[in-house]
Amino acid sequence: MTLLLVQALNGIQLGMLLFLIAAGLTLVFGVMNFVNLAHGVQYMIGAYLGVSLAALTGSFWGGLVLASVAAGLFGLVLEWLIFRHLYGRSDLDQVLATFGVILALNEATRIIWGSNPLELAMPDALSGSFLLVPGLRYPVYRIAVMAAGLLVAAGLAVVVNRTRVGMLIRAGATNGAMVSALGVDIGRLFRLVFGVGAMLAGFAGVLAAPLVSVEPGMGDNLLILAFVVIVIGGVGSIRGAFVAAVIVGLVDTLGRSLITDGAHAAFSAGTSARIGPAVASMLIYLVMAVVLAIRPAGLFGKPV
Amino acid sequence: MAEPVLDIAGLSRRYGALQVTDNVSLQVMPGRIHAIIGPNGAGKTTLIQQIFGAVRPDAGVIRLGGRVVTHMAPHRRARLGLARSFQITSVLPDFTALENVALAAQGHAGSSLRFFGDVGKSAELNRAAFAALTRVGLAARQGVIAGRLSHGEKRQLELAMAVAVQPRLMLLDEPLAGAGPEETARLVALLGSLRSDCAILLVEHDMDAVFQLADDITVLALGRVIAQGGPDAIRADPAVRAAYLGEDF
Amino acid sequence: MIRRLLPWLIFAVFAAIPFLPVGGFVTLVAGRIMIFAIAAMSLDLILGVGGLPSFGHAAPIAIGAYAVAMLDAAGLNHLEYVLPAAMGAACLFAVITGSVALRARGINFIMITLAFAQMVFFAAGSLSDYGGDDGYSLTVRTDIAGQNLLKGGNLYFASLIALIGVWLLLRMIVASRFGRALSAVRQNRVRVQAMGINATAIELTALVIGAGIAALAGVLLANEAEFVSPAYAAWGRSGSLMVMVILGGLGSLHGAILGAAVVVLFEEGMGRYTQHWPLIFGVLLVLAVLFLRNGLAGVRRG
Repeated sequence: MTLLLVQALNGIQLGMLLFLIAAGLTLVFGVMNFVNLAHGVQYMIGAYLGVSLAALTGSFWGGLVLASVAAGLFGLVLEWLIFRHLYGRSDLDQVLATFGVILALNEATRIIWGSNPLELAMPDALSGSFLLVPGLRYPVYRIAVMAAGLLVAAGLAVVVNRTRVGMLIRAGATNGAMVSALGVDIGRLFRLVFGVGAMLAGFAGVLAAPLVSVEPGMGDNLLILAFVVIVIGGVGSIRGAFVAAVIVGLVDTLGRSLITDGAHAAFSAGTSARIGPAVASMLIYLVMAVVLAIRPAGLFGKPV
Repeated sequence: MAEPVLDIAGLSRRYGALQVTDNVSLQVMPGRIHAIIGPNGAGKTTLIQQIFGAVRPDAGVIRLGGRVVTHMAPHRRARLGLARSFQITSVLPDFTALENVALAAQGHAGSSLRFFGDVGKSAELNRAAFAALTRVGLAARQGVIAGRLSHGEKRQLELAMAVAVQPRLMLLDEPLAGAGPEETARLVALLGSLRSDCAILLVEHDMDAVFQLADDITVLALGRVIAQGGPDAIRADPAVRAAYLGEDF
Repeated sequence: MIRRLLPWLIFAVFAAIPFLPVGGFVTLVAGRIMIFAIAAMSLDLILGVGGLPSFGHAAPIAIGAYAVAMLDAAGLNHLEYVLPAAMGAACLFAVITGSVALRARGINFIMITLAFAQMVFFAAGSLSDYGGDDGYSLTVRTDIAGQNLLKGGNLYFASLIALIGVWLLLRMIVASRFGRALSAVRQNRVRVQAMGINATAIELTALVIGAGIAALAGVLLANEAEFVSPAYAAWGRSGSLMVMVILGGLGSLHGAILGAAVVVLFEEGMGRYTQHWPLIFGVLLVLAVLFLRNGLAGVRRG
């Protein structure tokens, strides 16, 4: 039972990281109709910059702030250099070009920082653990990651729902042509959304760095998980991204422990060790399939 | 009295607060041209989409040749004898005119899951396609890539695709839209002659053409039927005049 | 005329390579090109003819390869069992995932196919009986009717025969009624439905045919490497298959062969000089998309 609680918390924490990546991705999809496979690269860049800048400033917090901003700026450079030429092009062009960006940047990362995994120490203030329930301690840092994700989610919700920029973003996600007809500089809106999205992914990368190994290509798997989040949540919906990210985080983390246990009860130990992990790794995709079967546009997507 | 080809009863559809189709009933009889007219926003397009099967009605029944098709997928309605043209010209741009129509004939034959044999050499399909192109006066352009046809020719091609499937009912969504005066005259003559092939449900803004062609007319306003009858009765109807107030009528 | 002869010219070059004094490495690379060409042509049916942007075509290849590994572990090494099992499993996978993915279009279709391929990647990595992430080495290559037809240099000619066979098969399919309907669905889906053709059924059939052929490529690839690992389903592999198809010109089958040749030559060729070849490849890919507006081969359709 306590183990279940730990798994649930880990699941929510994974969900928060996924949300930070998916939020930018879903807005870029929604507002610009742009397929950015290279969004996962932002997460990786954030983690690497976090490691380097934390070493440079001698402080995790310095690394966190500087790396997030730098990742956002890096995203804007990519937007200016490459992506803005791809708006309005076919999905296929966008996929190919951003695929090329991933290949190039993953390799560039390998050249700059090497192939060996790097580590980032968590800040002293958050490095301990606390007594969650009697007999169970839980790392403070993971709680802090969750809190950060929730704060960003709340902030985004306020911006998107309560401000003029947010209104434009929502309108742009539904009808881009209408927004530019209103005389809004759509290019500036794109850059804003893009920069913030890139920054959030970079922020997620730094946050994750103390928990995972920082290595080339680390963003790729998370990117595909973020895709699953967006498909489940519905393209262009921040709320959908949040709900789906928590669902995916929970299902993936809880599923792995529950299915292995369940298989253990149903089959012999050998069989369960064989099929348990395979089934568990497929769970989130099954959830995606079920959601699509019931709601092809996702939980919060606009039905066609 | 003969059985109607298309029988719509109590059709309704609501988008949020907007009632786009409100309890619409109409019947299209064999061998007749039935026109639907109404000011912009009257719900004509939604009605066409409901009959075609792209939009599901909230309530009401659609019968095609006596069969209930209310919740049937578009391709299955087409197999029951429903052919349509689109408001925005809709052809297969990479195919030749003949190939466009041959595909319609293939759809009619229900043979699209055949993997052997060169479809370009199918005498059966090519004969049917050429006959349909001849019927609409486009035989001379059979080898031209559809994307390169003129606007009027694309309209004719769409009609050929509809004719090729020997439908019970043709759903024509503004077949004259965008056509010049000369093309319009030719298309009107062609539409009139198609009456002998099948029943036609026509949505059209060109009132001269409508009154020239239609045997029956249904007038929609704000999703509701406000008048139904022959051209003369409609012309004299005060409710219709009110709905069209200010428009050229 | 040249267009008609080009495919046969390509096959002739492949047939000649083992007899030319070019060394074993060239023959090895040519063999890999043929196998990837089979996979690329099968994707061309889906992407080029059908217009379905599948970013998960590595999945059926991996399923084919893992069928070889699983049957190998069970002591079954006859192609008579291996090939039907591989193709059957890949087709079943395509039916299930395709039915889900086809509920979505465009961007969503890309993401969903990518996600399902990733599912295969992770599922393969958790198969501890078959080496998990480390992969599985075949005990022996698959035989055909007890003959060692895939062993040693024989594999090269078996691949060539498979290549020509798949090309002939796909050429026939593209020219058939089904092929015309598939092409029409790409051009104008609603129009095709209005003609009484079930567009989704046509698309799903294309996905299934493509998956079956990809599984054949997977069987050959597993035998070529005598090794199977989750990397067969890696998303980068799906991406390079797309590059091959688009490089060769969407809808052109022999173009897909040439596209496969370019990509594999780049990987193997550049790989000899620098391990950082993906950097150059990635940059070239971006430049190609940005500056060759009509597609890499200039024959791309919208």
